Amino acid sequence: MPKLITQVGCPYCGSSCDDIEVLVSDDNKKILEVHNACIIGTNLFFHANDPTRPKLPRQRQPDGSMKEITYPEAIDWMAKTLLAAKKPLIYGFGSTNCEGMSAVARIAEKSGAVLDNCATICHGPSFLAMFDNGYPSCTLGEAKNRADVVVFWGCNPMHAHPRHTSRYSIFPRGYFTNKGQMQRTIISVDPRQTDTAKLADVHLMLDQGHDYELFDAFRTVLKGYDIPDVVAGIKKETIVKSVEIMKKARFCMIFFGMGCTHTDGRNHNIDAAISLTRDLNNHTKCSIMAMRGHYNIAGPGQVWSWIFGFPYCIDLSKGTHAHMNPGETSSVDLAMRDEVDCFVNVGADAGAHFPIQAVQHLKKHPFITIDPNFNMASEIADLHIPVRIAGVDEPGVVYRMDNVPIQFKSVIDGLPGVPSDEELFDMVYERMCELTKTEPVWLTAKEDRKHPTNISAVNEA
Amino acid sequence: MRLHRSDGVAEMTKINLNMITQRSVEEGAAMEKGKTNPDYFEACSIIEMNPEDMKKAGIWVNSNVRVTSECGTVVVKCINSTQYCPPGLAHIRQGVWANQVVPPRTQSTGTPQYSGFPVTIEPAFEEKRKTALQLVQGAVGLWKGGN
Repeated sequence: MPKLITQVGCPYCGSSCDDIEVLVSDDNKKILEVHNACIIGTNLFFHANDPTRPKLPRQRQPDGSMKEITYPEAIDWMAKTLLAAKKPLIYGFGSTNCEGMSAVARIAEKSGAVLDNCATICHGPSFLAMFDNGYPSCTLGEAKNRADVVVFWGCNPMHAHPRHTSRYSIFPRGYFTNKGQMQRTIISVDPRQTDTAKLADVHLMLDQGHDYELFDAFRTVLKGYDIPDVVAGIKKETIVKSVEIMKKARFCMIFFGMGCTHTDGRNHNIDAAISLTRDLNNHTKCSIMAMRGHYNIAGPGQVWSWIFGFPYCIDLSKGTHAHMNPGETSSVDLAMRDEVDCFVNVGADAGAHFPIQAVQHLKKHPFITIDPNFNMASEIADLHIPVRIAGVDEPGVVYRMDNVPIQFKSVIDGLPGVPSDEELFDMVYERMCELTKTEPVWLTAKEDRKHPTNISAVNEA
Repeated sequence: MRLHRSDGVAEMTKINLNMITQRSVEEGAAMEKGKTNPDYFEACSIIEMNPEDMKKAGIWVNSNVRVTSECGTVVVKCINSTQYCPPGLAHIRQGVWANQVVPPRTQSTGTPQYSGFPVTIEPAFEEKRKTALQLVQGAVGLWKGGN
């Protein structure tokens, strides 16, 4: 009898929907149906059925081809390569669980690496603005239950977070918003008429790259001053009307995305957005939230802030303390300046999503990809190590875009012999300790370790 | 506005536009099937722009164009916009093709200029789009040919 597993978390976007139902075959090996998920989540679950999924690590041969090797060989090569490198870069973690992020931190420490996550090319500028200006945020539950004015600034959830609008922001009926969409006024700020903008009551189609000016104009109007007739391509009346809507809200919610962080101004755009939120709180309640891209991209921010004090761009090469300075210790800048001599890509695809020049620089040195599937980074790597898929065949804790932790389930059995990210990193850490003749203190201290089960065997060896 | 010269040969012109590269649900859905899947090729090796701008440059719907930025060049297919693009703006969905032209400059924040960089777009009727593997493996000297 196929089994229906309910309350499954979806490991795709930052909405981290936890109401998915998955029908699995009675041998626990195949996903038969996926209910409630969007098209992207559905494809993700079904992709786990793919019989061509890699089951063994593959190493690049001198002739350029890839040859399958065993896990111990791959772990040995990765440990030796990381130890030989002066300054390795370990990047990714958009799509893995917090257990894996915690385990990789010990490898990064041991090898004096730079530890970075996908936020570096995504919401990194938002972090910088939060450091400077604070982050008056709330949970998505509060947004759903209270917000009667919702602003989407430089984000397009209909495409990037397909169920965000139906679960949290536009359509759902909440405690104080029991009429759902009827009760909410939606404002969209986007240079294109996106599918989210089409749902909005007011669409401010601003000149691309002029977000800072428009935020400033909003603040100026809010403080009772006059503005020019046109700002950032938007008429004064529209700006004044939008500010009035936000001011009269019972609870105003501002969501912002890549339209603010990828364009000119970067962190300064977010800085202005946070100031606008603060100003609005003089009139009504207002909150702001970053539309984080992946289901657990808030995770490394949480886990590494707890371990090292910084959420991303963490330079551990000094050996004594962590150092963070985006622009200097950020992945793309390090790559462009040729400052790293080994690259490890985990649960992300730098091959497809870094500007190609950065990929060319990184490829000059050993390039290791850890990913359950084939992707661009695995196809140019010197070593590709497959792992289980967090949220599909490996459970774990993830942080949703509002920094709420959720326990994700595994719905099918993992491929035999394929470790999880956490197990793989613990094994690499153990091998690095063997090679450097040091005590694997992390594994000894780790109460819930999955590997190795018998720690005394490690100590004796 | 002429699409053809009097001798019937398509007029080749160029147009300078402001490029943004962002997510789309088609891209996300195809990516989760795998980046070597034909769906990913069709979803991401495309460009969207305003019909007025297409006319100015002599670009036909569903024909290939060459996009060149300060740091690279790529051939993509110009499709009818799925989401309205105002004149002056062009959009390539995030992914392998977009990142052939995205400038790696970061304004000292770590985040490359994924949105808001100048590009030149010209018709390239005779040129073929490259596959994702061809572009990425080709860029690092690993491409061995094939499909």
